[in-house]
Amino acid sequence: MKAQTLTPASKSGRAAQAAGDRRRGKSKSDGWWPWLFVVPTVAGIGVFYLWPIVQTFYYSFTKWGVFGGTKFIGLDNYVRMFADSTIPQSIVNTLIYTVVVLLGIPIAVILASLIERPGLRFATLYRTLYFIPYITMPAAVGIVWRLIYNGDFGPINWFLGLFRIQGPYWTSTPGFALLAVATVGLWMSLGFNLIIISAGLREIPRELFEAAEMDGASRVRQFFSITVPLLTPSIFFVTIVTVISGFQLFDLLYVMMGKANLAMPQTQSLVYIFYNQAFLQNDKGYAAAIGILILVIIALLTAFQFRVQKRWVNYV
Amino acid sequence: MNHNVTRRSFLSFAAAGAAVVSLAACGGNSAAGGSAAKAAYAAPAKDLSAELSYAIWDAAQKPAMQKIVAEFNKQYPNIKVTIDVTPSKGSAYWTKIQTQASSNTLPDVFWMNGPHIKLYAQNNQLMPLDGLVSGKAVDTANYPKALVDLYTVNGAFYGVPKDFDTSALFYNKALFKEAGVSEPTSNWTWDDVKSAGAKLSKFYQGKGVYGYAGDLTGGQTSYYNTMIEAGGTVISTDGKKSGYDSAGSIAGLQFWRDLIASGVSPSMQQLTDTASSDMFTSRKLAMTMDGSWTVGPAQKALGDDLGIVSLPKGPKSNQSVIHGLANVIPANAKNPAAAQAFVAFLGTQDAAKIQAETGTVIPAFNGTQYAWVKSVPSVELSVFLELAKDASPYPASVNTAAWNELENTLLPQAFAGTKPVADVAKDLASQMNAALAKES
Repeated sequence: MKAQTLTPASKSGRAAQAAGDRRRGKSKSDGWWPWLFVVPTVAGIGVFYLWPIVQTFYYSFTKWGVFGGTKFIGLDNYVRMFADSTIPQSIVNTLIYTVVVLLGIPIAVILASLIERPGLRFATLYRTLYFIPYITMPAAVGIVWRLIYNGDFGPINWFLGLFRIQGPYWTSTPGFALLAVATVGLWMSLGFNLIIISAGLREIPRELFEAAEMDGASRVRQFFSITVPLLTPSIFFVTIVTVISGFQLFDLLYVMMGKANLAMPQTQSLVYIFYNQAFLQNDKGYAAAIGILILVIIALLTAFQFRVQKRWVNYV
Repeated sequence: MNHNVTRRSFLSFAAAGAAVVSLAACGGNSAAGGSAAKAAYAAPAKDLSAELSYAIWDAAQKPAMQKIVAEFNKQYPNIKVTIDVTPSKGSAYWTKIQTQASSNTLPDVFWMNGPHIKLYAQNNQLMPLDGLVSGKAVDTANYPKALVDLYTVNGAFYGVPKDFDTSALFYNKALFKEAGVSEPTSNWTWDDVKSAGAKLSKFYQGKGVYGYAGDLTGGQTSYYNTMIEAGGTVISTDGKKSGYDSAGSIAGLQFWRDLIASGVSPSMQQLTDTASSDMFTSRKLAMTMDGSWTVGPAQKALGDDLGIVSLPKGPKSNQSVIHGLANVIPANAKNPAAAQAFVAFLGTQDAAKIQAETGTVIPAFNGTQYAWVKSVPSVELSVFLELAKDASPYPASVNTAAWNELENTLLPQAFAGTKPVADVAKDLASQMNAALAKES
């Protein structure tokens, strides 16, 4: 849910930075009126994202009735959260999911450099095909994959059956279910990563490759010595976004697993527990506390990544 | 903290004010807002102009509802009713309704069910409909008493019963014939089902066809019935204590575990991947326990191969759980006069007949059920009405959803055999009791 908030925000941040670069050298002050143009965005973010965060923080200290009406109960929700045994398991589940989806980034880098090869026919078609899963509703994707994964009648197990392999019940067996959901998450994120990385690729000056070719560097050598280092800003951006959206895993899980699933304890994410508490158990105060926990974890992971980026991201 | 409250009371005040104005404008003679409920309802003028939203969750019933609206519009041509379907699968309907309730944007008329009625009534979200009764627009004697009681909370009547449902044993005649197993009768016991199921599963081994299964992702059409048939309870009659730790309840749960363990039923994982009702309609299941609302789809898929008999008798009885829906109006109705007129019409014999003829659900209006029984002549649908006679009321408390979620989390382990049934049942009982204690 919050992925959408941060994605456009960070994208506009990049755009603003780029615009700033172009205008560098002009030192003349623009006055107050440019602010007028950002008022709609700032107001939108303030009202729909920042204010709810403040409210959630407040509600996490309350007992919140089913139809509203809150009562301040101090740290009770947080005390309960640290004693709740499902929370650590779901953090582990969420981490595993995020790591699997992160594996999609190297795949996207390889695919992007294949698609962006000069003279490749149908490049736009490939880009479109890879992008379609990203713009499809996760609920629709989940329903289709639920059928693909079906243990008795799904195409995957039918295919394995050709080799006399009895495939598992992918979405209802503990252990397999999380990987099954994460694989779909990886597949869905591929298109977005591909587009960002393709854009990064096109910013790399062609002369570098020409010079490398003159020096006799192989394609593989060019890939690792020119493409990857110069792509690191794009890779960094994609990593940040992937980790954030990984920690917000909910819709795929919800649609693919169904209710009363044996594998749920080993698969449920933090947001799933949040949903469960807020909308099934009607315990919205506690759910708000879980929401704050998710916010803190994402903020810490993002801050950590910004710290570490200095060591591996090359800004030319 | 209390801005919600202030806003709500402001809105209800505003709504009441608006209602006074609109009623005065069209010469209505009933009082407005909350007090409308207590005063006897009088039918509004026929030219009353209004727009109503009607929220339902079953797309299969939308055509019948549209027919009813068309009939209603013959009386009130200027009341426009928009039907809004939100699927109940994955509880999307209730998530939406609850959010709408919190923001005072509830639909003008909506479907209510057993698990939610106390929650909404006790939190003053619904308009009491006693006025409809005292105004003789609705006669509660027309509906099964169990349903009227279900929708009467603390002495006030909140929902006009719409339909009811019970569960029975569905079977596929063709699969029985091919395997040479004699067909079920209404006198069967649990043992008969087990032995016939075992023969069927053995005969069809390797073909993916099973003898018997129920929907274990919820209790109404499966384990609630067997728990009661074994002398157990889901919840005490006062709604304060869990019955899961009683010997009868454990026996009722063990019944399903035994079916899975002996291979009569598909595994818990299989039932999660493919719903038992889908397996039955695609001829992969010889017998299933299912609700009366699935007769339509089952008959469509199996045709004359569909057979239905009463529930097999357990150690104590062959009781089914009875449940039914009702039409309700929110407490802060924007147009109480029009909404009440519509709900009163939904409760009439004419509306019930339309439901009966489409064969989707058993109408709650007494005497119209016979039309439903005739809607699928190839099957003896009267078993559902027989089962309704001494059916057990649907288990519910104020926050039913909280312990329903516990059932969904814990019971799959018992059915799959990863933990002993008795241990899971006791664990569930203690967690459910803790959830119930939080209600008061």
